[in-house]
Amino acid sequence: MGKLLAIAIGSAFINNVVLSQFLGICPFLGVSRKVKTAAGMGSAVVFVITLASAVTSLIYKFLLVPFDITYLQTIVFILVIAALVQFVEMFLKKKIKSLYNALGVYLPLITTNCAVLGVALKNVQNSYNILESVVNGFAVSVGFLVAIVIMAGLREKIEYNNVPKAFKGTPIVLVTAGLMAIAFFGFSGLK
Amino acid sequence: MNKAGERLYNGIIKENPTLVLMLGMCPTLAVTTSAINGVGMGLTTTVVLVMSNLLIAMLRKVIPDSVRIPAFIVIIASFVTIVQLLLEAYIPSLYSALGIYIPLIVVNCIILGRAEAYASKNPVIPSIFDGLGMGLGFTLGLTLIGIVREILGAGSVFGYRFLPASMDTLTIFILAPGAFFVLAVLTATMNKIKSRSGKADGPTADCDQLCAGCPNKSCIGRSQNNG
Repeated sequence: MGKLLAIAIGSAFINNVVLSQFLGICPFLGVSRKVKTAAGMGSAVVFVITLASAVTSLIYKFLLVPFDITYLQTIVFILVIAALVQFVEMFLKKKIKSLYNALGVYLPLITTNCAVLGVALKNVQNSYNILESVVNGFAVSVGFLVAIVIMAGLREKIEYNNVPKAFKGTPIVLVTAGLMAIAFFGFSGLK
Repeated sequence: MNKAGERLYNGIIKENPTLVLMLGMCPTLAVTTSAINGVGMGLTTTVVLVMSNLLIAMLRKVIPDSVRIPAFIVIIASFVTIVQLLLEAYIPSLYSALGIYIPLIVVNCIILGRAEAYASKNPVIPSIFDGLGMGLGFTLGLTLIGIVREILGAGSVFGYRFLPASMDTLTIFILAPGAFFVLAVLTATMNKIKSRSGKADGPTADCDQLCAGCPNKSCIGRSQNNG
């Protein structure tokens, strides 16, 4: 239990996926205009990454390792993730309409979110077992959710600020992200 | 041969993936802690880009349109795996420095973007030069960011320290926040240049366009095809 907690806190805050690992920068900058859409994107990512880490670690353990083809992991994982996202989208569309309405538009954007593949590869690299992989995936994506929602909140405020002309748009967002990354250094005291 | 030169110019200067199009931000921010890492990542990506452009251009009439994206992804992932194994065997220092970002080349926007936008519609030779131009442009961007961060953060260039040991450096620039700050100043500079030359008003890479060249866009297309 202690190890799981350490993994969870480490992945969610200390090594925040966006601010210290630089994974998922694209949606982090692209979909953080409004808190509402940021929260939608974040929840969709939590959903997909948790599911994807479970599936990829199962496949790794029961398919790649027994057949001694672990060098194919990158190819297998990216295909599994792409298929999984498609499947989740179709499933939600048919069965759980309300969830689909909330998350549906963000799902296709997630396949190429490098955080998903990154987490799957990290799970293997750190030789986490299946439970640890799921916990790690969940924690990483919660870290993403926290970061993108804070970012969206800040950007809603920045709208009213007098930003130098050249810094309008992406540059000021990057400066904000840099300051957030400094703030997240504070969590390293939790170790 | 003129066509080849035009593709190289387009990739390195006109549509530079890092500085103008702002694609492939994850590796750009993550591995540029030093100039040499920037060069290594850039050249690794260039190799994958050239090879995948070559193969996709050769197969462009064979691959059915409806499954092209998965086919491209498999081709790219195969080359990434090959390059990863080669690096592990022959340049282990670079392999350990780049770490998880080597397999993540698969999801780099630039590669799938070029496959979709250029290699799948054009003959082999121009596609190779398109990949080479884009790859070198990416390498140039990464190296520039790497040099700036290394000078500010460690007082050295390509591992050669030119500041006296007694002088303190701004370590923050080789840590995570420094990446964001350097890129912010760089994009602000690009904005300034653009607005001065009067080409486009407003910010260069407005956030909605950030992912414009991304496979994300083609992803949406694919989900509509399949769904």
